[in-house]
Amino acid sequence: MQLSGHDLICVRGGRQVFAGLDFAAVSGEAVAVVGRNGSGKTSLLRLIAGLLVPAGGKIALEGGDAELTLPEQCHYLGHRDALKPALSVAENLTFWADFLGGERLDFTESLATVGLEHATHLPAGFLSAGQRRRLSLARLLTVRRPVWLLDEPTNALDVAGQDMFAGLMCEHLSRGGMIIAATHAPLGIDSRELRIGGVA
Amino acid sequence: MCGADSRRSNHHWKPPMTALSALIRRDIRIALRVGGGALIGVLFFLTVVVLMPFAVGPDLALLSRLGPAILWLGALLASLLTLDRLFMADHEDGSLDLITMSRTPLELACAAKALAHWLAAGLPLIVATPVLGLLLNLDMVATGAVALTLLAGTPALTFTGMIGAALAVTLHRGGLLMAVLVLPLSIPVLIFGVAASQAVIVGPMTFGAPFSILCALSLVSLVIGPFAAAASLRHGLD
Repeated sequence: MQLSGHDLICVRGGRQVFAGLDFAAVSGEAVAVVGRNGSGKTSLLRLIAGLLVPAGGKIALEGGDAELTLPEQCHYLGHRDALKPALSVAENLTFWADFLGGERLDFTESLATVGLEHATHLPAGFLSAGQRRRLSLARLLTVRRPVWLLDEPTNALDVAGQDMFAGLMCEHLSRGGMIIAATHAPLGIDSRELRIGGVA
Repeated sequence: MCGADSRRSNHHWKPPMTALSALIRRDIRIALRVGGGALIGVLFFLTVVVLMPFAVGPDLALLSRLGPAILWLGALLASLLTLDRLFMADHEDGSLDLITMSRTPLELACAAKALAHWLAAGLPLIVATPVLGLLLNLDMVATGAVALTLLAGTPALTFTGMIGAALAVTLHRGGLLMAVLVLPLSIPVLIFGVAASQAVIVGPMTFGAPFSILCALSLVSLVIGPFAAAASLRHGLD
């Protein structure tokens, strides 16, 4: 499986964010997208996720499921964590598992992996920022998707959480997954660097 | 590989149903919890209708003549009250991104959200109508007629209102814009809803004709609403 982008141009709000961007990633590889603030790291992830339309160039996935589009094979973990404060931890997670569909894992197991098994029935509104992030990570585990698009994934995670997350990423890569992460902090795993917009 | 193949044929028909029912159950659950919109709508409806006799005065004949119109206006405003949050809440917390990316067609997801909104916020209004009919001096038959027209007409309000809710997300404007966009669209529904109820109370028109048109309006909006809302959401991707 290979994901590649060729000569991408991104325009947002009438301003050109980047142009002529090329990238490629293969199964089992992590790409760390780095660059200063506003260089278009998040925009690149949203282009791949189909949440932005490129002004030029194209993105292609070779060797994936032919019946599914690229966004349908991606997990997107953005700044906003898609959790409903009124619903409990378990309700939030089972909703996304049911809604996203496909191959899935038992949700109690993934909650235990991210260290939230004690908070299953707590409304998500009471979670701390780090716990919310852990719950979002549990979504990546519960529903299997080959491509992970992560935007500042280690934000708000404590040291133990970052170690746990590095382990999860390694496991995902070893299963033939692919990770594209926009980040300022080191990911904690072997990754290839993709620099956007000059040296930070 | 065999396993992969059986899964593939599976995920084309069964999971979308699971996904849609999960979305409907989630939205209803949120609406019914503390801070959700379901109860607010009914309370607003109650307040509007209870205020009317004080404004109109103690003229029972006039009140029963205005009754259907008051109930319809109250229901219209109450259903719009919570509708502008239909997509805005999901947009703000990032859920809409994941819904857009998912394997469920966006049109179906929009329809499911509107259906959930109608079940949680529209249906309680219809249940409350018989009680409020008493306050407006409407007899059993008249109240029944209003409740029936509301049952047939409120889906049209929700499904056309959904277009406004989607535009509110696209244009990054909430509340007021949505009311300005949606209220003109709801005029035909209001006309035929009140006409059908009046036909039962005072005649001389038959109930059937305006009621059929009301049902037709609901069916048309059921078809157009999800497509228009999904198109608006896709166009506004950002």
